[in-house]
Amino acid sequence: MSSPEFKNPVVKWIDHRLPVFSFMHHELHEYPTPRNLSYLWNLGSLAGLALVTMIVTGIILAMHYTPHVDHAFESVERIMRDVNHGWLIRYIHMNGASFFFIVVYIHIFRGLYYGSYKAPRELLWILGVLILLLMMATAFMGYVLPWGQMSFWGATVITNLFSAIPLIGDSIVVWLWGGFSVDNPTLSRFFALHYLMPFMIVGVVILHIIALHRFGSNNPLGIDVSGKQDTIPFHPYYTSKDLFGAMVFLTIFASAIFFYPNFLGHPDNYIPANPLQTPAHIVPEWYFLPFYAILRAIPDKLGGVLFMFGAIAVLFILPWLDRSPVRSGRFRPLFKMFFWVLLADCVLLGYLGGKPAEGIYVTLSRLATAYYFIHFLVILPLLSVVEKTRPLPQSISMPVTGAGMSAALAAKRGKADV
Amino acid sequence: MSDTVENQGRRDFIVVATNTMLAVGAAAVAYPFINQMNPAADTLALSSIEVDVSGIEEGQAITVKWRGKPVFIRHRTAAEIALADQVSMDDLRDPEGDMDRVEKPEYLVIQGICTHLGCVPLGQKIGEIKGDFNGWFCPCHGSHYDTSGRIRKGPAPTNLEVPPYAFLSDNVIKIG
Amino acid sequence: MFKRVSQIICAGGIAVLAGMGGMSPAMAAGGSGEIIEHEWTFDGPFGFFDKASLQRGFQVYREVCASCHGLEYIAFRNFADLGYSEAEIKAIAAEYEVADGPDEEGEMFTRAAIPADRVPSPYANENAARASNGGAYPPDLSLITKARPNGANYLYSLLVGYKDAPQSKDVPDGMYYNTAYSGNLIAMPQPLYGDDIELAVDGDTSVEALSADVVAFLAWAAEPEMESRKRTGIAVMLFLFVMCFVSYGSMRYIWADIKKK
Repeated sequence: MSSPEFKNPVVKWIDHRLPVFSFMHHELHEYPTPRNLSYLWNLGSLAGLALVTMIVTGIILAMHYTPHVDHAFESVERIMRDVNHGWLIRYIHMNGASFFFIVVYIHIFRGLYYGSYKAPRELLWILGVLILLLMMATAFMGYVLPWGQMSFWGATVITNLFSAIPLIGDSIVVWLWGGFSVDNPTLSRFFALHYLMPFMIVGVVILHIIALHRFGSNNPLGIDVSGKQDTIPFHPYYTSKDLFGAMVFLTIFASAIFFYPNFLGHPDNYIPANPLQTPAHIVPEWYFLPFYAILRAIPDKLGGVLFMFGAIAVLFILPWLDRSPVRSGRFRPLFKMFFWVLLADCVLLGYLGGKPAEGIYVTLSRLATAYYFIHFLVILPLLSVVEKTRPLPQSISMPVTGAGMSAALAAKRGKADV
Repeated sequence: MSDTVENQGRRDFIVVATNTMLAVGAAAVAYPFINQMNPAADTLALSSIEVDVSGIEEGQAITVKWRGKPVFIRHRTAAEIALADQVSMDDLRDPEGDMDRVEKPEYLVIQGICTHLGCVPLGQKIGEIKGDFNGWFCPCHGSHYDTSGRIRKGPAPTNLEVPPYAFLSDNVIKIG
Repeated sequence: MFKRVSQIICAGGIAVLAGMGGMSPAMAAGGSGEIIEHEWTFDGPFGFFDKASLQRGFQVYREVCASCHGLEYIAFRNFADLGYSEAEIKAIAAEYEVADGPDEEGEMFTRAAIPADRVPSPYANENAARASNGGAYPPDLSLITKARPNGANYLYSLLVGYKDAPQSKDVPDGMYYNTAYSGNLIAMPQPLYGDDIELAVDGDTSVEALSADVVAFLAWAAEPEMESRKRTGIAVMLFLFVMCFVSYGSMRYIWADIKKK
């Protein structure tokens, strides 16, 4: 890497002693990025944008919120009614959680399709799964804070999951609650942790980016960068593209905030928490529904919990389940087919998670859960052995040469499918 | 690039336009995020209060809370008014005529915050020390105020402040 | 290629949103009642509150609902949104008594409300409310349209949904037949019969009209920020649409030399 020459003497003076400007230049400016990234590669920076939005609005909400069972609901209403622009900031935060998950889920499925988890990016992937786990914990605790009916009963149901652990389960639940039910001590600690965890996420995100910049982005072809002709500097090419993506994202996000702010929420959460009465249908927020469906699909308490956490756990070992040397789904006809089945399966699980646990829904939940695990634990390892992959193009910049016309055609056909 | 200079200029324009709009957008977003720290609507609603002073006997005083701080309202006797009015401007550290400090001479409305370091002076209740000038006395560092709430002795630099107020009717004062 | 991919992304985004849209009613599905889809002035991105209707609705609330249902998150000062002047708000507030204290003797006392006070609730607490209503709890109404799926339409349907029970339906004492309520048996007696109120602001006094007015008032009570939210939203959307075009333009400009190769 070449060292940048700074013209501004102050910048030069600082950079000589504290090379932050060189660092930024290397990582955000000249950082060589594959020239063929599609719009699906916008989702990473969008997730960063969502994280920053959540932290900024969250800190502001904490200035006005009271973490006490007698005042929490009312303080949220005060934010909505009396605090200057409080409604805007709360609606950004509330919908921001959903949009953060939308972005991250697309980001994850992009990684799944293009094999972004494969060597040498295994740790990058694992850190990403860790971010997802932290996000889930943060989102769950945040949902408790308004202290509505869904907050309270969601907290009760989810913390009770831990009671499934043999022998020590009940003690763990009491420890989590700081009492014998979800109550004021629970609310206070959830508030403290909800404030802490986003900063843990920031820490892991930094590691995620360091790991990313070690080998650079994967790309739609899934082949390694073979030289300078394959890359372009991050700035201004990908900064301008990320900016455009961010504006499209913000347009969709703003339409939810200003016109349908409660579309993704549940009306019951505008009823203050009542420990003596459970709402008729308890459902988690939409982004937890697939996991909720898995939990309910297993007719055993401990089993359900294990499978639910297992659904995330398989993602951690994914780099070693899929041993195929070809990364991109474009060159893996069978993998590609199963990928779409998996995506449909996850959407189905999400749908089933929102349905009552009865009749056909139970059967479907079990089938969908079974497929989810079979996909990762059986199909992927098997495919790595039996699948006949298409020939790979020789380089990103010259897909026509090398392996010949067939590869180029394959690449084209692959594009059409994505 | 083979573009003409003119064309080049037009295309550069789009990048400048983008960056300008981005800056405008960022400033617009910053506004609500900063404005949220200003007093909220419920706080503002209590920023003015109405007090009925008909219940205060002559020679007595009440303390009301206004914007989180005490406001003294004293129903002054004729003697107290005369005493305050007769003081020569030369004797005052912070010269101010008594009539300039009241709407109606019988009611003195002042903020009960010593202008030295913010303590609440004594002299409201019967039996409390009223200081050398029969007004108020701040026990923290010994400032004496007269029956018009003006500083006469001690470290305080200025008179007790008169809050903005007006008589809505004969007996009702709106403070703030 | 860019057009292709952007089309695909858009299609994907729409599919995801549509998927969630499909899920949402499922999550929201509460009752089996019949819901009438009424046309409201506050629907849609250009929605607004009709102040005359809000004032009529407030009168209906005050004269009919308020004996059992509170409005605890609304302060009298908020009625400025309904078009009342400061003096009118003061007069409205003064008609209510609120608890205050302790005074100098340490006693609690009541005084006339001022604009900064919240509307006092009819019952001291939930237990008192249940005790006076045969065990049923008349919920606070300040958030009611947000706290029920399809809130405004649901409430409207409920208010106009009192009908004679069919022969097959057994209606126990203290319960009433209602077509909109889940299970059709509701503990709240029919509140509006039509012509039951002498409106201060001219308007129709049929059950339907009064119901629509009071629902509009409650929709305002739940979302007093709605008008400014939507107005801000339109400005923000316009800005972002332009921003999308401009940033797309600069991206194309910057990428021009790459694409030529």
